Amino acid sequence: MTIVSSTPNNQEPKSLQPKGWLKYFSFSLDHKVIGIQYLVCGFLFYLIGGALASAIRIELTSPVSDFMPRDIYNQVLTLHGTIMIFLWIVPVVNGAFGNYLIPFYVGARDMAFPRLNAVAFWLIPPAGLMLISSYFITGAAESGWTAYPPLSITTPAAGQIIWILSVLLLGGSSIFGGINFIATILKLRRPNLKLMQLPMYCWAMLGTSILVVLSTPVLAGTLILLSFDIVAHTGFFNPTLGGNVIVYQHLFWFYSHPAVYIMVLPAFGLVSEVLPVHCRKPLFGYTTMVYSIMAIVVLGLVVWAHHMFTSGTPPWMRLFFTIATSFIAVPTGIKFFNWVATLWGGKISLNSAVLFSCGFIINFVLGGITGVALAQVPFDIHVHDTYFVVAHFHYIVYGGSVFVIFSSIYHWYPKFTGRMLDETLGRIHFVITFIGFNLCFAPQHWLGLNGMPRRVAEYDPQFAFVNQLSSVGALLMAISTLPFLWNVISSAFKGPKAGDNPWEALTPEWLTSSPPPVENWDGEAPLVVEPYGYGKKEDQQHSEVTDQSNDFEKTMQKK
Amino acid sequence: MTISSSVEKKSELEQPQPEEHGDHRLFGLIGFLIADGMTFAGFFAAYLTFKAVNPLLPDAIYELELPLPTLNTILLLVSSATFHRAGKALHQKNSKLCQQWLIITAGLGLAFLISQMFEYFTLPFGLTDNLYASTFYALTGFHGLHVTLGTLMILIVWWQARSPGGRITNENRFPLEAAELYWHFVDGIWVILFIILYLL
Repeated sequence: MTIVSSTPNNQEPKSLQPKGWLKYFSFSLDHKVIGIQYLVCGFLFYLIGGALASAIRIELTSPVSDFMPRDIYNQVLTLHGTIMIFLWIVPVVNGAFGNYLIPFYVGARDMAFPRLNAVAFWLIPPAGLMLISSYFITGAAESGWTAYPPLSITTPAAGQIIWILSVLLLGGSSIFGGINFIATILKLRRPNLKLMQLPMYCWAMLGTSILVVLSTPVLAGTLILLSFDIVAHTGFFNPTLGGNVIVYQHLFWFYSHPAVYIMVLPAFGLVSEVLPVHCRKPLFGYTTMVYSIMAIVVLGLVVWAHHMFTSGTPPWMRLFFTIATSFIAVPTGIKFFNWVATLWGGKISLNSAVLFSCGFIINFVLGGITGVALAQVPFDIHVHDTYFVVAHFHYIVYGGSVFVIFSSIYHWYPKFTGRMLDETLGRIHFVITFIGFNLCFAPQHWLGLNGMPRRVAEYDPQFAFVNQLSSVGALLMAISTLPFLWNVISSAFKGPKAGDNPWEALTPEWLTSSPPPVENWDGEAPLVVEPYGYGKKEDQQHSEVTDQSNDFEKTMQKK
Repeated sequence: MTISSSVEKKSELEQPQPEEHGDHRLFGLIGFLIADGMTFAGFFAAYLTFKAVNPLLPDAIYELELPLPTLNTILLLVSSATFHRAGKALHQKNSKLCQQWLIITAGLGLAFLISQMFEYFTLPFGLTDNLYASTFYALTGFHGLHVTLGTLMILIVWWQARSPGGRITNENRFPLEAAELYWHFVDGIWVILFIILYLL
């Protein structure tokens, strides 16, 4: 029987699990421990990826290549992209918060497959270490995170093969996680909890997991073919042997465009959890939010070729993918207006979590607008492979996903550790991050429109000043990590006690102790059918919940 | 803490109770098979695009011999039926019969692999000869890997069914059902592969 950890009557696995801090370094089956493992591991990789980004920005302060050799620049660029996507954002927005929150939200004691869950996490550290160590041993891959052939076939093979192996492991981890989330949400849900009563993050994770299960295997297959080209000298993607590089691009983007939604849909869900709590208002337009997520899932699978408008795509394909991509603006716009409407007229407590969520809304709408612009063929051909694309992408994944990760850490840290974070440090962190981020990436729109190509260490001297401006922004972003790090480390030991529910939230993870017990609740899981019942119904809802727990305590005391 | 210990005591009292939630392993396996199917879908899409877009030089075009792959198709289809019979025998609690059908299925899987190897050795082209040859070997090889894993699974299930403790019973059907589902999936993929690769 593989489903042991969730049954309290089986004592054996529990005694094998280490207690205290050691459990975070063990093959723990507890979804909360695995969630924290994902989060901390992802953050360590974020620090490495951030250091690489700083190296890139230092190199770009001058128009000539003087900070590092050009091949090293290519390696740094590739590692930065791969680490940030596959080892930071995807594992954290999916694995970390998904593992921690989803079982609470569906009223379960653990994920559907706890062991598979632990396996999925423990694939990540070796894959990440392998990827980074390739830099020191043979030189890392040099072909960017897209690994387009023929570049990836002609650059040094060893680094590229290690890159492929590492991404395959991370993809496997992602698929295992995705299957686990789908099974947990659909099968472990409390019997009398309807799908339309789930918190929005469950819907976001359901949509994301569908995308993961459908698209990640295609990337895996493609990378296997690519590795054949490199190792066995077949010619799938090698034009000199009769192969076709465009097929690689199609297959790659069939995964990697949904990957953007894999990174940003969970972030949508997390924002939808954070905002109602701190605005004391129900989430605006729950039903439209659900349909929007599912529309994004469906549309997200049929827009991949908008990355390839300059790859000789035929006109009908350009037309189809332009229209399909533009359509995505509709559900995304609905979500944007729903968040604004949630804020509208609410009793907003402007703490760090809300500040980062509002920062997300602002950045994301800017990134979304450039996204719609990029979907238009004439404009895309003009700015393809320029810094405009870099700016757009970072507005989505940094301004979008990473802001939400910080927001979520500020929101759920009391639940993770039982202690509050320092609010002043949090606000300093937000202000420096927001200014630094916009200073770093907003000027890159201008650079791109004026024709500065991406992925180069040298550029036309006329771009020098704007690049230096951008590098100052990057410096601010690097500095902004320091108050955050100090905050999370010192608060873990000295922060004021948070209590069970410092935000007076209604979602199920707050209706237990902080940090929660191994079985999530000391007794029957609370049934929360209205996770966003703030405002006028608040007192009623709240008393209902407390009544339930009182009943439970009474019955327990009788026994 | 006192509350949690009393919960454990309570559940100890009701010792024979089943798991708190049902068995979702088959659901998880279906999720995995969908993912696996998407890998094949990617390969098929690549193959069909290559075929449509990249014309081969005249000396690189081969007529594939049909008899051997047709035999392979029959072998796999029959093995799907025999596996189904094994499951039925288990339903009737006839462990002996179930084991027989299992070993026949494993034998058919092995026969498929041998026949596939024989085809590989008789083909006039190698892995790196041209794009078509590479794709042919990649597709059939990836499928062959699945058949190999499937055959191993059947043998493991057979071994477990043979064990005197009777680890595969009508009450503990999951290992057999999982292997069966996987095997039907691999057979289904072969039928698509046969049509696309040999008949088209």
